[in-house]
Amino acid sequence: MSVKVRLDQIPKEKYSLPGNAACPGCPHMIGLKIVGKAFRGEATLVIPAGCSSIVPGYHPYTSLDMRVIHVPFASAPAVATGISRALKIRGEDIGPVIVWAGDGATFDIGFATLSGSAVRNEDIIYIVSDNEAYMNTGVQASGSTMYGARTTTTPILGKKDRRKEIDLIMLMHKIPYVATASIAYPLDFYEKLLKASKIKGFRFIHLFSPCPPGWRFDDSKTVEIARLAVETGAWILFEYAEGKLTISPPSRIYADKSKRKPLREYLELQGRFKGISEEDLKIIEEMIDENWRVLETLSKIYS
Amino acid sequence: MGSMGRVKTALIGNHAVAYAVKMARVKFIAAYPITPQTIIVEKLAEMVEKGELEAEFVNVESEFAALSATMGAAMAGARAFTATSSHGLLYMYEMIWWAAGARVPFVMAVANRAIGPPWNIHTDHNDILTMRDSGWIISMAENVQETFDLIIQSYRIAEDQRVLLPVAVGLEGFILSHTAEYIELPDQWDVDSFLPSRDPDKPYRFKAGERYTVGGLGSDENYMMLKIAAEKAMINAEQVINEVDRDFGKIFGREYGGLVERYKVDDAKYLVISTGSWSGTIKQAVDILRDEGYPVGLLRLRFIRPFPSMDISKNISGVRGVIVFDRDISLGRGGIIASETQPYVGESSSFWGVVAGLGGVDVSSREFADVIKMFISEHESNGFSRRDLLFYMNGEVFEL
Ligand SMILES: Cc1ncc(C[n+]2csc(CCOP(=O)(O)OP(=O)(O)O)c2C)c(N)n1
Ligand code: SF4
Repeated sequence: MSVKVRLDQIPKEKYSLPGNAACPGCPHMIGLKIVGKAFRGEATLVIPAGCSSIVPGYHPYTSLDMRVIHVPFASAPAVATGISRALKIRGEDIGPVIVWAGDGATFDIGFATLSGSAVRNEDIIYIVSDNEAYMNTGVQASGSTMYGARTTTTPILGKKDRRKEIDLIMLMHKIPYVATASIAYPLDFYEKLLKASKIKGFRFIHLFSPCPPGWRFDDSKTVEIARLAVETGAWILFEYAEGKLTISPPSRIYADKSKRKPLREYLELQGRFKGISEEDLKIIEEMIDENWRVLETLSKIYS
Repeated sequence: MGSMGRVKTALIGNHAVAYAVKMARVKFIAAYPITPQTIIVEKLAEMVEKGELEAEFVNVESEFAALSATMGAAMAGARAFTATSSHGLLYMYEMIWWAAGARVPFVMAVANRAIGPPWNIHTDHNDILTMRDSGWIISMAENVQETFDLIIQSYRIAEDQRVLLPVAVGLEGFILSHTAEYIELPDQWDVDSFLPSRDPDKPYRFKAGERYTVGGLGSDENYMMLKIAAEKAMINAEQVINEVDRDFGKIFGREYGGLVERYKVDDAKYLVISTGSWSGTIKQAVDILRDEGYPVGLLRLRFIRPFPSMDISKNISGVRGVIVFDRDISLGRGGIIASETQPYVGESSSFWGVVAGLGGVDVSSREFADVIKMFISEHESNGFSRRDLLFYMNGEVFEL
């Protein structure tokens, strides 16, 4: 079941409206714009604490033209469980129940509710918009923060713990759908959302969302950085569906390491990696190579 | 006509809760085990698996998730239920505030249990009383029949458009949760006529084409306005609780008195105030004292929130003395119900606040009678006695 979308098939209507309170170049708003279009506003978003609780705006105004339920930090997948079950009882199809969460909510504090909802295969689309730190509280390291990155809680040496491989963990929950996406590849994300919406059960989408103030790059460069992450092989777009794991088209050529742009090009644009040691750079590179090895092996196993 | 289907049967409190949930036609249940609550969700699981109860039953990974999921289901229009106790309740704490603040109507049973350390599975009211300021309606059952009845009543209260708040029903761990009593199970037809099915679109409309935001960012004034609106709902709840209890009485033949139950209060010169199952024991103490010629009565608080201020002030005006028994303590302040009752006690009336029975320590009717007698004799010999915080354990009344 492949879902191919042409650019001219994407609705012109906006469901994430201008005039929100996000920083310029905010990746969450780019992601939410695509989510809104994919479901023409007919989705129920459950949003735990994070930038996305704040940026839609102040009552009585909102920049999200969808049903939006803001909930406490750790609770979103469980609240979504209740909503999705209640809608099932009511027998009403009003579009997907979507958790839209940050990486802090997903990798760390909400990990138990995420895992619990996944093993129960709740009928939810879970999207983690991953900006690799706790941005709303001012850039503290999260379970997703890249090795070597400086945050306000890894201020001088950079993060020394490895990042949690959330996609593989979710894959091993044996849920029907796991995918990575990127705000730099809106068609790929859009197609994945549509595909996910055609599947029942717990669907997990990991969206790459570089944050200008958090990563310390110019706010005009959000998309460029996100694209570089794919082109350097640092972010791998893939999809697991119907028992098959495949590397997504935009990432395919980068399986060949010689086709990748140098990692340095990607890191140099980000203040959080400024002055990173050669040794740490090597460690990051090894991690990326390992991720490719794992995914390629998995794509053979799930083929 | 409905009375044809009534049956007398022996049930433990936990099973009574499960039967009440079933008869209330609850559609969503979240389950997480903790002693002494566990049997409630086990029984419900059995009912759902046997097909006796048509509901979504979710085995969640924690109490935090249980309350989150229950809130979500109730938000989206399902009649929802969960149950917990002690540490489980504390683990839910963030969601307790959120559920009430978002005005989501549903019911949670709390099998009251002490909070460690040391580990102790016996009863105490401190767990449910941590919900006091959150905006939940809080009730406490005296016996198994009332536990059943309160669950049914609570859905009516929670879902009333004048209220729209979650309701907690306290049943004491082991004393009620695990003790079988003969109770009358009503006819399903009667329950249905008392408790109409839930309007799924109130307070939130989950409908195609409907767009809105719940719980987003608001101004400080906005926040305060919502708190004031919730307080108004609490004030409305007093009337609703009284109405619901009267209606319940008409259909089921049992009426409890609304927010409070009055036991031999009319001609009482000394008033005892308490809540929960030991009120039954205190009633025996009142009977003993009445036999001995003491004009004593009991005011049992069926609800802690809204606090029955009016009922209390009405009933204690003119009495010589008020003695409150607390099975809880706000450390640094004393018995919670005593401290909340105190403002309504007249200047010239004697007042004792007695903390007892913490962590399940037993107090017999004879012991209650003795403490009440001490209170009366101190009043009568001195003309007045005021002790905000006394403790009672194993035959001894003491002050720190
Ligand atoms: C229980 C709890 N602890 C801490 C917070 C404070 N808090 C609010 S948002 C946030 C960080 C969110 O980070 P993330 O999930 O990565 O989302 P982002 O802001 O980066 O979009 C924190 C720590 C909270 N709201 N609740
Ligand atoms: S800090 Fe980053 S994620 Fe948060 S609003 Fe600003 S740009 Fe968006």
